[in-house]
Amino acid sequence: MTAARKSKSIRKVLIANRGAAAARIVRAVQGLGLKPVVVYSEADAQLPYVEQAAESYCIGPAPAKQSYLDQGALLDCMRRSGADALHPGYGFLSENAAFAQCVEEAGHCFIGPSPKWIELLGHKARARDFMGRMGLALGGSSAVLPANDMQAVHTAARQLGFPVLIKPAGGDGGIGMFPVHSSDELDGAWLRASALAEKAFSDPSLYLERFVQAPRHIEFQFLADRHGHVMSLFERDCSTQRRYQKVIEESPAPRLDRAVLQNMGEQLERMLANVGYDVIGTVEMLYTPESGFSFLEVNTRLQVEHAVTEAVTGTDIVQAQIRLAAGERLAEVMPVRPALNGHAIEARIYAEDPVRFFPSPGMLKVFQFPDNVPGIRVETGYAQGNAVTSHYDPMVSKLIAHGRTRDEAALRLRSALAATRIEGIKTNIPMIERVLGSARFGDAAMTVDGLQAALAEQAQTSINPTVEAKETV
Amino acid sequence: MKAICATVSGRVVQCVVNEGDAVKTGDEVVKIESMKMEIPVESEASGLIAKWLVKEGDEVQEGQALVELS
Repeated sequence: MTAARKSKSIRKVLIANRGAAAARIVRAVQGLGLKPVVVYSEADAQLPYVEQAAESYCIGPAPAKQSYLDQGALLDCMRRSGADALHPGYGFLSENAAFAQCVEEAGHCFIGPSPKWIELLGHKARARDFMGRMGLALGGSSAVLPANDMQAVHTAARQLGFPVLIKPAGGDGGIGMFPVHSSDELDGAWLRASALAEKAFSDPSLYLERFVQAPRHIEFQFLADRHGHVMSLFERDCSTQRRYQKVIEESPAPRLDRAVLQNMGEQLERMLANVGYDVIGTVEMLYTPESGFSFLEVNTRLQVEHAVTEAVTGTDIVQAQIRLAAGERLAEVMPVRPALNGHAIEARIYAEDPVRFFPSPGMLKVFQFPDNVPGIRVETGYAQGNAVTSHYDPMVSKLIAHGRTRDEAALRLRSALAATRIEGIKTNIPMIERVLGSARFGDAAMTVDGLQAALAEQAQTSINPTVEAKETV
Repeated sequence: MKAICATVSGRVVQCVVNEGDAVKTGDEVVKIESMKMEIPVESEASGLIAKWLVKEGDEVQEGQALVELS
């Protein structure tokens, strides 16, 4: 249990992010009657939320290292704007404990968990060790293994049993993860993963996990105050992925025993409350009917897919995050524990080739979404005429559908996708439509490795499965 | 003279082969970073790398010739 920090009065929030995250947080900040301050790189000067914020500051050229990851520039903007809080969004510096510490030491409020939790749980190997000591099922895994001791790596892999999965200890977003099916493949994959981890996370350290065959990705959303109280906001099923990155997310998790999910949510809620975890977090798990849940990682930040939880709980998670970071008690922010209301499904629309999944930057010549359709919410940081550059991640928007049932939500999402017009770049919309139309998705049988199988099944059963016909460039 | 072209717009992060090297169809010749992904570009023919037309760090457009193949 941490000592409750002094409640901070927030008036002005600097949003250290871009795109859909920045636009979403601007809206939440304004909804609380506070002033949003946005930062932008030279490449993002035309994005619509830059105009919508109370103040905006250019923080450097397009490469993220020279703008959104420039801690000095962000802290300078805090000082210049007089902002008293910083919302990191997701990605970029959202799980950088040293940056969070700098923000707090400068006397500002970091709208996220305390730096000690980011430090402990943002590192996958430390998080596994910690959660294991707390009694959570981890599945088989090794400790962090030395990069230059292949004998130790081979010994650990044999003990776990092939196939194994190599994972960067400081990783995120599926980068540097390699399944290895035999000892012959291990040396090459290990060296490749270590080099990628060093480049992506400035940390080459790796560990091994037992490779779980055909699991579902189930994650549990939590809100917490700085006074030792934690609340579970149910779970999300994020099993539809490509390259270990999520494409479709939904809540609640379909075709899974409600009591089993409830028990896991309550167990995690107790564990997090016992240690005094604060503000916001998500515990990610893999699930198979045979082995149950096994721990994957903790995300100490807002997540892209928070919107499906918002839809089924009627909670504004971003506003709650800001209030909790400011020191308000959970009982004030969430006076009533939400009940599950219906079903929500989110599709991430990426600027990418729908067949090869290659990036497709370019100009948004047409960028139109269905307007004011019941049960449909659109989140984006772009507008027609904007450029989608190669400098940042490929997500251009999210469509979130809410319905009384899963079938109704899926139908609404398919209708919204059909009414969406994006020209100038390739998008993954044709691929999402095929997944939503597959029997595997309809039967709630998606697993994290099942996307290609769903596409293949749908192609066999569809009268006209042509993907290329809907591409617009 | 054939050319190996960029399959995606982005930044050249690694020229995997050197001028004078022999490559076969499917060999990786260059890595391009785009939208936080590293995309390998493979040779679509066999031959010798005659001349690099770009260098590491250059921004390239999809379809742009990267290397001449003889």
